[in-house]
This record gives sequence, structure tokens and C-alpha cells, in this order.
Amino acid sequence: MEARFQPGDQVQVRKADVPGHLRTPWYIRGHRGEVERICGYFANPEELAFNRHGLPKRALYRVRFRQSEVWPDYAGPAADTIEIEIYEHWLEKA
Amino acid sequence: MSGHTHHDHDHDHDHDHHDHSHPTQPDIDGPLTYHQRLEIAVRELMIEKGILSADEVRRTVEAMDARSPAGGARVVARAWVDPAYKQTLMTDPSRALNAVGVEVGLYKLVVVENSDSLHNLVVCTLCSCYPRAILGLPPDWYKSRAYRSRAVREPRKVMAEFGLEIRDDVAVRVHDSTADMRYLVLPKRPKGTEGWSEEKLAQIVTRDTMIGVAEPRIP
Amino acid sequence: MRSHHDMGGEPAGPVEKTEHDYAPWEKRVDALMVLLSDRERSLLRVDELRKNIEAIGPDAYDKMTYYERWITSITSTLLQRGAISSDELARKLADVERREKAGLL
Repeated sequence: MEARFQPGDQVQVRKADVPGHLRTPWYIRGHRGEVERICGYFANPEELAFNRHGLPKRALYRVRFRQSEVWPDYAGPAADTIEIEIYEHWLEKA
Repeated sequence: MSGHTHHDHDHDHDHDHHDHSHPTQPDIDGPLTYHQRLEIAVRELMIEKGILSADEVRRTVEAMDARSPAGGARVVARAWVDPAYKQTLMTDPSRALNAVGVEVGLYKLVVVENSDSLHNLVVCTLCSCYPRAILGLPPDWYKSRAYRSRAVREPRKVMAEFGLEIRDDVAVRVHDSTADMRYLVLPKRPKGTEGWSEEKLAQIVTRDTMIGVAEPRIP
Repeated sequence: MRSHHDMGGEPAGPVEKTEHDYAPWEKRVDALMVLLSDRERSLLRVDELRKNIEAIGPDAYDKMTYYERWITSITSTLLQRGAISSDELARKLADVERREKAGLL
């Protein structure tokens, strides 16, 4: 198993709109961030939700986003961030 | 469903019918709701099918009752007094928790540290993921629509509603627990606690300080 | 389309800092979830339970309390898995109602 991304990589969350059990929140889709760490390798929850095995495991990343990039009306300081765990198949190189 | 202030007492066993359906505690003031009946029905079916036992249900509830933020508070207090322990906590949380007899649980714990330049806040927008093994069951508000919706978008305003103002020169970082990590905030040790014992320190580490909506305060 | 449960960033009112001691029936629902998804049984996955909560219609989702949603989801998941049948459940519920009326619960 090899992670496609490394900490520090700039990534973009795919903007998909599909049914199913998705763990990539709507609000973050399409946004750009930076990989903060590789959390490990896990079975795909989108498959586990339907009682399938969800294998092969895939890389899960913590991705850090600037709040000012995520929300058009963000009122706080530029240094404010949000970190979310996102599965590899939801990320593309930015 | 009305809110109750009963604590879960151990079921008293001087009922004279000991059928396998495990007598329920009279914890309601009126007729059962549909969902309360459903819980009884599902539980009894599971017991009848041998999938679980009444005893296991009872023990699981007891284990749940035994968990409280005190476990997390012990961990934080130890990290405050012992730099080597803090280092372990940040890099190998399972080991650090085991060292003070705190349950680790099934998920991977990530400890996020507050500092003079950073304040962390934890939420689960998609459901209610929470470090239950360390802190016990989450409060209602953590699972509420208002918190789940707004904590990611306007964290400073949400924290202000809890009475916590974070200065502009301190960055706020929100953690949305969307997958298999669970988050624990390591709050800043307040000034004026020099020389305090671990026990005394643990007393000011409340559940809310480990979620990020409060800071430890000297009473 | 954004799913109803996927609420990060949506407008909402003030956070009501309510807490309640969990009622025994709620703790038992939690215990059911923990036991049925444990390694020994692996009867349900937490992911299935979440998926089935997400499938509760928006109106019902908002009206139900947290543990009402969970027991609903546990029941759906057991049905989907074939661990219980609707018929068994209906008979058992009728039995529970009968016992409740007779003061046997």
C-alpha cells in the first residue's frame, strides 16, 4: 500500500454529488487544502455501510484548509483553519 | 421523550419473575413511547436468539456509566506536570492512556494541543463521533444541529456562546471528526497553578475544556 | 444534493447547552449498538448504522431524539441483515404492548 500524497502536498477535494454513505462533508467538496498527515489505511466506509468488506484499504489523510478559503463570509482571522479526515479517492493534486 | 434526572441504578433483583427479558426499571412517568417499546422488543429478540444476554447489556451499561471525563482529566493533568509524558501523549496516545489506566477504545486518538497561538475545537458534523472511551457519553449540545452546523463555519461565535472569547492573535483550528480518528483537546495550563498536585490540576480540567468550548479556570 | 444529515456550515440558531442524564432505555440502546457491532458478533457495522440514520427522512430525523434515531437504525439494519424479520418484530411489539397494559413491564 502506498499513499499517493505526502504531508505538505496541496490537494483539492473532488466535487462529486452522488448518493451513498459519504464521509466527505458537502461543505468541503471542491476546496483546496494541504495534507497535514497520513492517518493510516482503512477499509472504505462507503462500502462498509452496505455490509461489503471495503477492501483494499486506502489511505486516509488529515487535510488542513484555511477557513477564509472555505467560507466566503468567514469573519475570523486569516490564520484560522479547519482540519478534516478525507479518504484518498476524494483527493486530487491541486 | 422527556428529559430524566434519574441515574441508572442497578436493576433490583427482587422481582419475582425472572424471565429472560430482564425487567426494565420504571424510568418513565407515562406510557412507553413507540421507540421505548422498540428497544424492549429488539433487545428481547436478540436475547431469545442467543445473540446477546441480558447480563451483557447490563454490564455494557455499567461500563458506560463508569466512564466520565475524569479519565481525560487525569491524562491532561499528567501531561501538564510531566513533559516526557506529554511527549508520549502527543506521539503515542494509546501508550500514554494505558500508562494512567484510561481505556483506549477502538478508534485512533489524536491529541491536539492548545498554545498561546492556537486554540482547538472538536466537532463531528456528520454524526456525533466523540472520544467516548476517554470522556464518556457526549452532551446533548455536541450532537445538536446548531453545534454541528455552526462550529465549522463560525467557531468563534459558537465558543462565545459558551462564554469563551478567543483573541484575534490566537488562531482557531476546528477538527471535524469525519472518519476513524477521535480528538482530545489538550488545554493550556492556566497561570497560577504552579506547584499544584496532579489531583488538584485534574479538578479544573472539565469535559468542555477537552472539547474546546472552554478553558480551564482556577475556581 | 446535500443530504440532510450533512449539516456542516448550514445556518442554525444558538447552541442550547442542554444536557440530560441519559434514561436507562437510552443507555440500553447504546449498549445494543456497542454489543451488536463488537468484534465477537460483528452483526452490524457502525457504518451501516450511520447509513441507516442518514436514510431517515429529514422530517423524521429532526423530530426524533438521538436515541430514537439509533434504535430506528439498529432495527432497520437488523432487518436488512436478516437477523430479524418484520413479522417477528410485529409479534414481539404486540407482546410488549400487552405486557405493558397488564403492568408486567
